[in-house]
Order: sequence, then C-alpha cells, then structure tokens
Amino acid sequence: MSTNSENMEDLVNKDYEHGFVTDIESDTVAPGLNEDTIAFISKKKDEPEWLLEWRLKAYRQWLKMEDPTWAHLDIEHIDYQAISYYSAPKSKDDGPKSLDEVDPKLLETYEKLGIPLQEQKFLAGVAVDAVFDSVSVATTFKGKLADAGVIFCSFSEAVKEYPELVKKYLGSVVPAADNFFSALNSAVFTDGSFVYIPKGVRCPMELSTYFRINASNTGQFERTLIIADEDSHVSYLEGCTAPMRDENQLHAAVVELIVLKDAEIKYSTVQNWYPGDENGVGGIYNFVTKRADCRGDNSKVSWTQVETGSAITWKYPSCILKGDNSVGEFYSVAVTNNYQQADTGTKMIHIGKNTRSTIISKGISARHAQQTYRGLVKISKSADNARNYTQCDSLLMGDQCGAHTFPYIEAKNSTATVEHEATTSKIGEDQLFYCKQRGIKEEDAVNMIVNGFCKEVFKELPMEFAVEAQKLLGITLEGAVG
Amino acid sequence: MLEIQNLHTKIGDKEILKGLNLSIKAGEVHAIMGPNGSGKSTLANVLAGRDGYEVTQGSVEYEGKDLLELAPEERAWAGIFLAFQYPVEIPGVNNVYLLKAAVNAIRKNRGEQELDAVEFLALIKDKMKLVKMKDDLLSRSVNEDFSGGEKKRNEIFQMAVLEPKLAILDETDSGLDIDALKIVSEGVNSLRNEERSIILVTHYQRLLDYIKPDYVHVLSGGKIIKSGGPELALELEEKGYDWIVKDDKGENEAA
Repeated sequence: MSTNSENMEDLVNKDYEHGFVTDIESDTVAPGLNEDTIAFISKKKDEPEWLLEWRLKAYRQWLKMEDPTWAHLDIEHIDYQAISYYSAPKSKDDGPKSLDEVDPKLLETYEKLGIPLQEQKFLAGVAVDAVFDSVSVATTFKGKLADAGVIFCSFSEAVKEYPELVKKYLGSVVPAADNFFSALNSAVFTDGSFVYIPKGVRCPMELSTYFRINASNTGQFERTLIIADEDSHVSYLEGCTAPMRDENQLHAAVVELIVLKDAEIKYSTVQNWYPGDENGVGGIYNFVTKRADCRGDNSKVSWTQVETGSAITWKYPSCILKGDNSVGEFYSVAVTNNYQQADTGTKMIHIGKNTRSTIISKGISARHAQQTYRGLVKISKSADNARNYTQCDSLLMGDQCGAHTFPYIEAKNSTATVEHEATTSKIGEDQLFYCKQRGIKEEDAVNMIVNGFCKEVFKELPMEFAVEAQKLLGITLEGAVG
Repeated sequence: MLEIQNLHTKIGDKEILKGLNLSIKAGEVHAIMGPNGSGKSTLANVLAGRDGYEVTQGSVEYEGKDLLELAPEERAWAGIFLAFQYPVEIPGVNNVYLLKAAVNAIRKNRGEQELDAVEFLALIKDKMKLVKMKDDLLSRSVNEDFSGGEKKRNEIFQMAVLEPKLAILDETDSGLDIDALKIVSEGVNSLRNEERSIILVTHYQRLLDYIKPDYVHVLSGGKIIKSGGPELALELEEKGYDWIVKDDKGENEAA
C-alpha cells in the first residue's frame, strides 16, 4: 500500500502534462433497454459491426432469460427498464466541491486505511485541482510493458487496436448466454480491461487496475479479458482497495481468463463496494461472472478474493481444467456484516488428466448478515487421477447471522480423489477473554482472531494487498461483537 | 495490595462464593487449596474479570482501587495476570504476535514507549530461558497443537514477559508430569520478588513442594475455612480435606 499510495500522491501532485478533455458530458441515454440503446452504445464507442451483432445476439438471448432465483439471497425486484445503460462520466461540477460535502463516515474509513488526502479527494469524487494525469502514468508503465510485449489497455482500446485477439477470445470462456447477468453484460458492457501476455513472457510487474483507476467510473457493466499465451505468467490485481462509493445499484461484470499451455494467471481481488448502511438501505448488487479456462497442459489459475463490500454478492470465480495436469485454485475470504448477503464460491470442472484443484473458503458473518458458500467440484469421465481438496470454514459473530454451505460434488471417474472439510465456529468468548486478560482491547482482539482465521487466504495475496485486506477486515467488523 | 471482603458471587442462579475474605500483601505467595467445586477457579476468574460471574455482595480492593469496576484489559494494564487452567487456542494467530500485542497494549496504557521488534525480541530471548521454551513454540499459533505441558509453560513464559504485580496461577500444576512441574515451578520461583504477589490455586500439595507459599488457605463451600503456613498443606496431604470440612460443618451447626 505505502508504495502505491506514494506513487499515487506523486501523480496527483504532478503538474498537468497532457490535456485530457472529453466532450461526452452531454451524452446520456434515457433509462430503458432495447436494440436502439445497444446500437447507441456501440456507435458511441465506434465499434466494428461484428461487435454490435454480438451484443444484439446477447440481448435477444437475454430477453428469453429470467433472473436467477436459486441463490440463497433475498433480492428485491430489479426493474431493468429503469436503468440508464449509458451515461457519461460525471462532470466535475456535479461532484462534491470539497471533502466537507463527503459523507464523514467514508472519510473516516479512508483515514483508517491511511490514504493520502489528495487520493481521498479523488476517490470521493471531489474535483481535484491538480488534474489526475492518467495519460502520463500509463505511458510510464506502458513503456516497460511494451518492451516485454505485454498488452494492457482498456477494453475499448483493445477492440480498436487488437480486434483479432478480441474477436478470437471474447465470449469463448463465458458465452454471452451463459447466464442472465452475463447476457446482460454482453449486451450493454461499456468498458473494462484487456491483457495479453505473449509466449514465454513473465509479466515484469503486477498488473493492477489501479493505474487505470479513472476508468473505474465505467462502473456497472465491465468486461475483463486476460489471455496468457504459452509459457507466460501474469499476476493481476483487481479492484480499488479503497472503499469507493458507487451510486450504481447494479454491478454486473464478466471476467474471462484464458490460460494456454504451461502458462499461469494469478488473479487477486479486493472488493469493497458500498455495502449499504446499518439498516440495510442502499448498497451495490454485485452480480459477477468470473471464469478461467485452462486450455493448455500444465496451465494454472489461482483466484484469490477478499470480499468485504456490496449489499449482495453473487459470484463464483471458476476454473475449467481442460489441459492435462492443469491446476485451479480458489482462495476466498468473504465478510458480511449488518444486512449484507453473499452467495459465493467456485466451480472446478476437471476435464484433463491429473488435474488438481484447491478450494479454501473463509466466510465471516456478523450481526444480521447471511452468507452462503456454494461450490461445485465436477470430475468428468476423462479426468483420470483428478484431485480436489476443499475446505470451507465459517466464523459467526453474534447470534443473528447465518452461514450456509452447499457443496456439490459430481464425480464420474473412479480414479479421482475429492476431499471436503467444513467447519463452523463462533468467535469464542474464551478466546476474547484470553486476549483481554493479556491487556488487548476487545476490538483489537477480534481483529487478531479474524485475521488468524483468514491467514491461509491472506498469504496468497500480494504483500501490499494483504496488508490492506487486513485493515479492511478490521474496519468492516468494527464493533460487530458485543 | 489485594483486599477481598465478604465476597459473594453467583453463576446463573448458583451461589459459588459465599463470603470470602482474603488479604494479600506485596511480595507474598498465597496458596488456595480445596476440594473440587469449592470455588477456587471462580475466585481466579472473578479477580481477572471474566464474564458470567455476578458479584452479589462484598468488595475487592486492589492497590486502593475498586477492582470490580475495571474491565478485564484494564486489570491487565494494572498488573493482574491470570495463568489459565485451560489456555485457549487461537488458530492462525502467532504466539509471539499475541504476546507482543499484549506487551505493547500494556505499555501504551501505562504511558510507556511501545517496544519495537528488536527490543521485544531481546526481551523474550531472555525470558525463554526461564521456562526452557523451545523456539518453535514461538512461531506456532497460540496454544494450537501444544501439549498440556507446553501450554502451561507458555502461560508462565507470558507471565515472565508481562511482569505482573499480581499473578494468579489457576491449577497450573494440573496435567503436568514431574519434569514439566519442576520447570514451571522454577520459572515461577525465579519470578518471585518483594513486590510481586502470587496466588496459587491448586488441588494438590505436590506443587507446594516446589513453590513454597507464605500462606495456605483452604477454600470450601465458597469460604476460606482454614488458613495457616506451609505446614497446613502437608497436613492436608496427609489427612485429606474431610477433617477440616467436617470440622467446619460442625462449627456451623454449633453456631
């Protein structure tokens, strides 16, 4: 964190270098979704004909689909015709004029995360005097990445610059009609990230959406496509670790990872969207489809996620283990407090021989929160000697919250080994008293115990992320006991 | 330093302590003995401030302050330490990490400078020798997969590092083999000084062969029914508790 935020501060304080003026302020589209809306978005983004067709096809399939109701979630009816599917980034004048106008609670959180003032202003959407110079940042990093042959750009840019790659891989892991939300996303997505790591290249730095932070305003319907060509390696960090206030109610993203022979992708997320207030009012509905396709032999994907935000989370980062000896991993910490709900987990689809998967899921619920782990381990006929190890641990704080575990196992090959372990525990009065007797305050004790509980997952996160994740957990659970 | 007067406590509806009196001066070692269910552990827990014990009557004064008003962590800051009968496991939390947090929480609340990693390490290196702690116990999670003896040793190690003014050892001898008992006792003895008071809660005389108390009290039926010097413990070892308990009942009936 510290290095990141210093960089950020430098950047924000840097003199204005490249002009970056847009005139799309007047661009808004009336609420509602039809083929015209989609054509409008596509035209606005100056997209090729094939992509418009792809969007329309997705839209037509979406029309025939219904909201999923199988999750253990209580979701109010969403009126998809009441949402505006394209709105230009807010102009400076619409945002708060100074930090005085920003929710003090939000600022308190920033304070605790140790985010520098300039960055706080930026995150809270306050007009910053020094223009945040995304262009020059990108240039610095891009130079280094270009030397390595790595492509890392916005999705829109990729459509223009690398249409062949996009056309080849888009929707090849998560087909448009995979599910209700992926179909919706495919029809109306506005932007996102694109990564291509060429053969034999080890990406020289961790790729983070952080240095494209200003693109996060694209909000509701993002699309991420990452391709790791043969024998390449990349670590990708997603999400602003600072709690970004987002007024959007619905966030339906799609992430597709393609891993070719001998390649590896490590994908880390710290998600901290607005969870709503103590009474469960407001907050983001986070309905995300994330899937990795281990196409080549000896390929590997590792998902690590720390989810502390959103009012409702519906998310199952999955791995399709097609290549022989391919490896899928899922490490997850999900925290739900107050009236937050989460139905999350993973799917490990074993197709290749000697494929291995590991699932470590840690769920923490406090106050009235409800949390579900839902996981599928599928061993296909062809998956000789496949192995899976699953561990689901739930920690409850207080007696109003709930933890539910729905593990599905389908094994069609008798040489497979599938292990499942699950525990549910409460933060023990004994543990708390032990810490307090040693002079440690209850709040710090809870923090310590919870972080201990999540240790196996945190150790998978890149260092800076891990530190922030720990802090974030403490803030999320503040006062949850007693 | 500690003055307990007419202490009555309940757990739920059950009265456990029924008018306990005890006075401890700085530097003294008091052994509290008694049959099972007499209220020994209750006394230890009430002094440390554990939830679930309701004080219905009486007072506890510690260094001139009303101890019962203080939260458990405030008692720790004031120098009270409880060596647990059943030390608690905290998975994923490093043993040394907990101890460092404890040391610094206490120092901070006393207005002292917190220790950095180097200073802290120097401190514990020294104390480890006292109880012959193995290095690997430091890097493991708090009490997780520790043997019974290792857990108790860890408690005394924590005591050595935290340097309390009043240490309450709740059946520290239970579950220890003779070698472990010797090590733990030596550790405790080395921590005895003119300012530090110790309450030894124990069921058996055995511990007192190694840690010689200044006073021995017999707790029965929620009260101290007999007090004496170390020789009382030997008498108990020989005769058991029945004779005193009977005597006490006799007195009560007579009264």
